[in-house]
Amino acid sequence: MGVLRRTWAWIDDVTGLSASLGPILTHLVPRAQKTRWLYVFGSATLAVFIVQVGTGIALSSAYVTGSGQAYDSLLFISRSRVGSVIRGIHYFGASAMIVLIGIHAIRTYLMASYKHPRQVNWLTGAALLMFTILMAFTGQLLRWDQGGFWTAVVAAEQAGKTPFIGHWLGHFLLAGDTAGGATLSRFFAAHVFFIPAFIFAFLGFHLYLVLHNGISEPPKAGRPVDPRTYRTWYHAMLKKDGVPFWPDAAWRDLFFAMLIVILVVMLGIFVGAPALGKPPDPTIIQASPRPDWYFLWYFALLSMIPKWMENFVIVGGPAVFGLFLILLPFFGGKGERSPLRRPWSILIVAFIVTIIGYYWHMGVLAPWSPRMDAPPLPPAVVGVTTGSVADGARVFHQKGCEYCHLVSGYGGIRGPDLSDAGDRMTRAEIATRIFSGAQNMPSYTGNMSPQDLTVLLDFLESRHLKPPAATKRFPPR
Amino acid sequence: MPVETQETAGRADEAVPSGLTPDGTRRSFLTAVGIACGALATALVAVPSAYFLLGLRESPRVWRPLGKVDDFKVGTTVEVAFADPSPLPWAGVTAQTAAWLRRESETAFKAFAVNCTHLGCPVRWLPEADLFMCPCHGGVFYGDGRVASGPPDRPLITYPLRVRDGIVEIETSPLPIAG
Repeated sequence: MGVLRRTWAWIDDVTGLSASLGPILTHLVPRAQKTRWLYVFGSATLAVFIVQVGTGIALSSAYVTGSGQAYDSLLFISRSRVGSVIRGIHYFGASAMIVLIGIHAIRTYLMASYKHPRQVNWLTGAALLMFTILMAFTGQLLRWDQGGFWTAVVAAEQAGKTPFIGHWLGHFLLAGDTAGGATLSRFFAAHVFFIPAFIFAFLGFHLYLVLHNGISEPPKAGRPVDPRTYRTWYHAMLKKDGVPFWPDAAWRDLFFAMLIVILVVMLGIFVGAPALGKPPDPTIIQASPRPDWYFLWYFALLSMIPKWMENFVIVGGPAVFGLFLILLPFFGGKGERSPLRRPWSILIVAFIVTIIGYYWHMGVLAPWSPRMDAPPLPPAVVGVTTGSVADGARVFHQKGCEYCHLVSGYGGIRGPDLSDAGDRMTRAEIATRIFSGAQNMPSYTGNMSPQDLTVLLDFLESRHLKPPAATKRFPPR
Repeated sequence: MPVETQETAGRADEAVPSGLTPDGTRRSFLTAVGIACGALATALVAVPSAYFLLGLRESPRVWRPLGKVDDFKVGTTVEVAFADPSPLPWAGVTAQTAAWLRRESETAFKAFAVNCTHLGCPVRWLPEADLFMCPCHGGVFYGDGRVASGPPDRPLITYPLRVRDGIVEIETSPLPIAG
């Protein structure tokens, strides 16, 4: 003990650590009373970021940044017991960061912690939110399987919708004319160098500002922020009633962060990262690119809005959201902080959470995606194995009808459920629809022989709801 | 940081003579020199780095063989694969590009990019239905590339083709991105 203590005394003497860092560690923070557990999400985000840096470095030591080898190196990592766990932790760490930074942003928004003098705290936080989303996106792409490859293509196509610079931006993302050798290196550099560098810089600034402006006190209805008197009031309040950050408040941050890290590690071990898909071979056409869960709602939103809005939303949606985050502290920099006096803030959060929740749900169902893997209808559904109805069921599958239309639980849900087509439509009506098509259904005028049409109509006419069966089953993807 | 630190910092600032003091001309000159040195050094590194980063790798457009004319049956559409015009050594499988090749008659061929004109997902060919279908949002194209239904508003992009010495050749093209 004596040696250790003497060593520390010497280090402290020559470095001055406890004199410089001690006051920072024990600076006074407001008592948060009932809301004290709401202050742990920012530090938990930081804790998981550190987890991401650690596991990311570990993964990068085996990952090969080459479009041709990345997939094989990921197979290698996944087949190693520890490697697959590290991948799992990195994946669930990314998920946890998205969730925690989201909660942290909602908390600071509801408590109006962005008001004077913490406007730049908010702005740096908004930048960190954006960087975190970019990390999630680029990280998903580095899983350079078929999904990762097509994510790059779809991202370039979406960036291509940007006015004026779209064409250049799209090819900039791909690092060339086509998605190929240079593409992955570009995203790797972004994921492990560019964006993390910005995260470190903004994180440092963000933490500095937290210390500089002090932790925001819990809001109280009827106690508005007046920029002229706030600082004086805040420091007087701290002097009277503040508690040292370490350990009074910090233990809560560490305790919650520990729980989150345990959860992330457990998920990494027992659930694991998403399995690798097929290799990133552009000639394997059987691909249905879908984003990871954190972008599923956005993917769904883009799929469900009216077509004329699409290009506006792809470009305008993120722009409007970013503008809102930037302008908020400038236009709402003073006044009431309590959510009770800012009911619209609760409404906005409820609205955003509902929208995201709804589109997440739809993203899981993906009703707009044809089920191109739908198997031919089994005899139990068709009812017969020979004759025109059975032939019609075969045509129903071969012509792609089944990819979009459900029959007794088989097929897609893009178009109307045809389990009871015979109850709802006459033979002539069905034939008309097959010939005319619709907004989302091709016209089969030139794509169907008279014989095929006859048996298909026989089959569809035979579709009736039998009393007990035919409950709609929406197969999730 | 505690408020005391700010105040101390404030006082320290006042102790430093500003540019308005008698020797201000020299100080403001040295300030300008210092900033200019930093800016020059930064530019020396930043300009070539940015140039390298922002520059796009442009591939030449070259003709790649797809196969003998007789290998493709009239009236069929098949997937063909061809290599990038200048594949990077480490590109591996990603140096390949796929296209749909349709032989319309004895003499006429058509090659379609596999990318749906909506958001770029790979469309699949349904031979029995004579349709291309996109798995992402259900865009459908007729066999000749016209939009049949769904979100796309442009026909499938076509590649230039030619026949030389009985070999069908395709001209490599950039990934079609709507600008």
